[in-house]
Amino acid sequence: MGLIERLFREPRWGVHPDDHKRPAADAPLRVLPRPARVHLPLQQHVGGAARPVVLVGQKVLKGQLLAQSQGNISAPIHAPVSGTVTAIGEVTAPHPSGLGLAAITVEADGADRWIETDPVADPFALAPEEIARRTAAAGVVGLGGATFPAAVKFALGRRLSVRTLIVNGGECEPYLSSDDRIMRDCPAQVVDGARIIMHAIGAESALVGIEDNKPEAIAAMTRAAATYPEVKIRPVPARYPMGSDKQLIETLTGKEVPADARAAEVGVLVHNVSTCAAVHRAIRLGQPLVERIVTVNGGAVTRPGNVLAPLGCLVDDLLACCGVKEKPARLLFGGPMMGTLLPHGRVPLVKGASGVLAFTAAETAVPATGPCIRCGSCTRACPMGLLPLEMAAHIRAGDLDGAVGYSLSDCISCGCCAYVCPSHIPLVQYFSHAKGELAARERARLRTEAGRRLAEARLARLERDAKEKAELAARRQAERAAARARAGAAKPAEQTT
Amino acid sequence: MMPGSSERPVAAPYAATANSVRRVMTWVMAALTPATLFGFWLYGWPAVYLWIVTVAAATLGEGFCLRLMRRDAGPTLGDGSAVLTGWLLAVSLPPWAPWWIGAFGGLFSVIVGKQVFGGLGQNLFNPAMVGRVALLISFPVQMTAWVAPLPMFSVSAPGPLTGLMITFHGMQPAFDAVASASLLGFAKTEMARGIDLAQSLLHAPVPSWYGSRPGSLGETASWLIVAGGAAMICLRIISWHIPLAMLLGIAVPAALLHAVDPACYLDAGTHLLSGGAMLGAFFIATDYVTSPNTPRGQLVFGAGCGLLSYVIRTWAGYPEGVAFAVLLMNSLTPVIDSYCRPRIYGRDRRGAALEPEK
Repeated sequence: MGLIERLFREPRWGVHPDDHKRPAADAPLRVLPRPARVHLPLQQHVGGAARPVVLVGQKVLKGQLLAQSQGNISAPIHAPVSGTVTAIGEVTAPHPSGLGLAAITVEADGADRWIETDPVADPFALAPEEIARRTAAAGVVGLGGATFPAAVKFALGRRLSVRTLIVNGGECEPYLSSDDRIMRDCPAQVVDGARIIMHAIGAESALVGIEDNKPEAIAAMTRAAATYPEVKIRPVPARYPMGSDKQLIETLTGKEVPADARAAEVGVLVHNVSTCAAVHRAIRLGQPLVERIVTVNGGAVTRPGNVLAPLGCLVDDLLACCGVKEKPARLLFGGPMMGTLLPHGRVPLVKGASGVLAFTAAETAVPATGPCIRCGSCTRACPMGLLPLEMAAHIRAGDLDGAVGYSLSDCISCGCCAYVCPSHIPLVQYFSHAKGELAARERARLRTEAGRRLAEARLARLERDAKEKAELAARRQAERAAARARAGAAKPAEQTT
Repeated sequence: MMPGSSERPVAAPYAATANSVRRVMTWVMAALTPATLFGFWLYGWPAVYLWIVTVAAATLGEGFCLRLMRRDAGPTLGDGSAVLTGWLLAVSLPPWAPWWIGAFGGLFSVIVGKQVFGGLGQNLFNPAMVGRVALLISFPVQMTAWVAPLPMFSVSAPGPLTGLMITFHGMQPAFDAVASASLLGFAKTEMARGIDLAQSLLHAPVPSWYGSRPGSLGETASWLIVAGGAAMICLRIISWHIPLAMLLGIAVPAALLHAVDPACYLDAGTHLLSGGAMLGAFFIATDYVTSPNTPRGQLVFGAGCGLLSYVIRTWAGYPEGVAFAVLLMNSLTPVIDSYCRPRIYGRDRRGAALEPEK
């Protein structure tokens, strides 16, 4: 990229942290030795939890359906190994709380025998709906971390006649390189997956945005896409959070997604490169999503790199595969900017985990929080154009509505503000707290409203009943009176006769 | 969360910048050093002593307040903000002012200008300018007693001991002759006597391009201040908005009125190179705490500082108005901040959602 181009294209937002991607990104892909057992949480995606369709003690093959999706937005879970279902119980959730999460445990038999698959030789001959159906059945969700069921997005893209598919190869989080690795090692799968998705949503072109700190991935993808002019590889400046949908869409197309609207409404749809590869496998090979590439990185790791691992293996298995120098002081799923803190290493790998980071005590040391000096670093860094310092000041004073007035709802929790803060104020923590509090308040409001509606309905019903009863009584009385009158009128007549 | 507390919720992001309040303050002080050293050289030992007294008083004031609040003084003093406040106040004082001017100013700046509001980040007004204005109003004689430059080590300059006497025991008779007027003050006095600029400027103190003129301790070396400011802009410690807007706010009306009537109005160059214009534009008005946060707000703020400085210098009773202008604009900062917000992604300037463009 030329200097002039750089000057104009360099975004004004965001931060540029040390990326720490190498040497992990350059190490050849490793394959995790098959774990003795895997634990598959029923909720690894946005939407309804999957419902188990196997029984304890049942023998399953690799790729066999273990739990089926429930509801419109959900995804099924498949067996990543062949073996026996030994438990349907709880495992530790990949969440700082360390609470339990319903999961199916499969004891591996070591054979890794695949269930019979249904490969498709020419996906472009299939109806778009059939591609969506097969993708949904394969349990493919957004592998960049959002874990939104891919097929639901296909349907949305088709309904809103999306013309451009954006393939997200930004991978802007420091330390992570699983997308980089998949683009270097299987660019043909990614490009093919992107073309299948284009077919499924009826898009005319695909723009693959790759940060310019991954020249090898750009080269590999350019070669793989050479014969498909509709798939364009577009290097983008390396800047966090380039991999965020809204920022990538703006950088690649110049379009801005309106607040409270979906990307599809401006004619684009974003899918991650790993998701594209998973769609390729689901359609071309008929293989459900049972494994993924995960980056194992951080100062506590001896041989940082990328590992192809079955879903449901433990974080400890991954760490054992790459070696640990010292007991990690902190374990994360995902990158350091938006990742999830793990309570310990006995947490299963889930679909959305692109990396496992093990940090040493030295790496986790954070300077003490100081007072806000209103330097405005956070304002300059915010990719959404918000005023984090003002929002935090309002939240700190307990004025959540004040923070909403500063458009708290537009915050994407990317962490740029907290990263650049010279006083090291945990701004994202403030915002998460406020968002949670507001959501709870909204739920309470809805509950109160529902209660009020019920009470009103009951009152109305009672009133109606009473009225009807009164009317009935009045009618009966009138009828009786009329009958009496008739009888009274008839009596004299009888007497006369 | 209390300032200085090490208790911190473990929340994303798990990475942090190497930047810190201390680093910011250190860079600002580094950028201010050349102009200060020049001031030391230009005005000799009394300037050095006054600077030491002022900085020490500011630090003491901060330590005293923290002690009163039973807070650990170490981390707060370590961030360097009190030293910087004292430093900025010192360079805006007449270089041969007596020690108690520096002491009173330093204490007043930090205690009344900053700690009373709740410490770093909470003050509405620039602490150094609060101190300076308090001194100017309380001790107008001492605060306008300028001296002609007597570079250190020159024959007639006071030595280290005489310098001590000047700072701690008052002006020595031997040096009465060096008392002088600043150009702005001189022009104002002469105008008040009915002598217009065409006449008075003939025998005015000659402005010097490199800052060898009567003036405040660190305000005269305009180009060194500009160099320090430019360095801070390059290091992204400050942005260009406030300095540029403030200098234009002074230069544009000055140039216009000078073109209309040169006999009544000084030219833009003199305005920019006199008094605290440069120091104010790069080091005072750019104070994070008391200036707006958004680029648009900073432009409004800077232009207001410049314009008010010019208005006060030209039509008000004081020959110099940067400190007053900055304080007046400080009081408007919350208003500017609430009107000049950045446009939010996906929304228009008023905050309504954009129309989807297909």
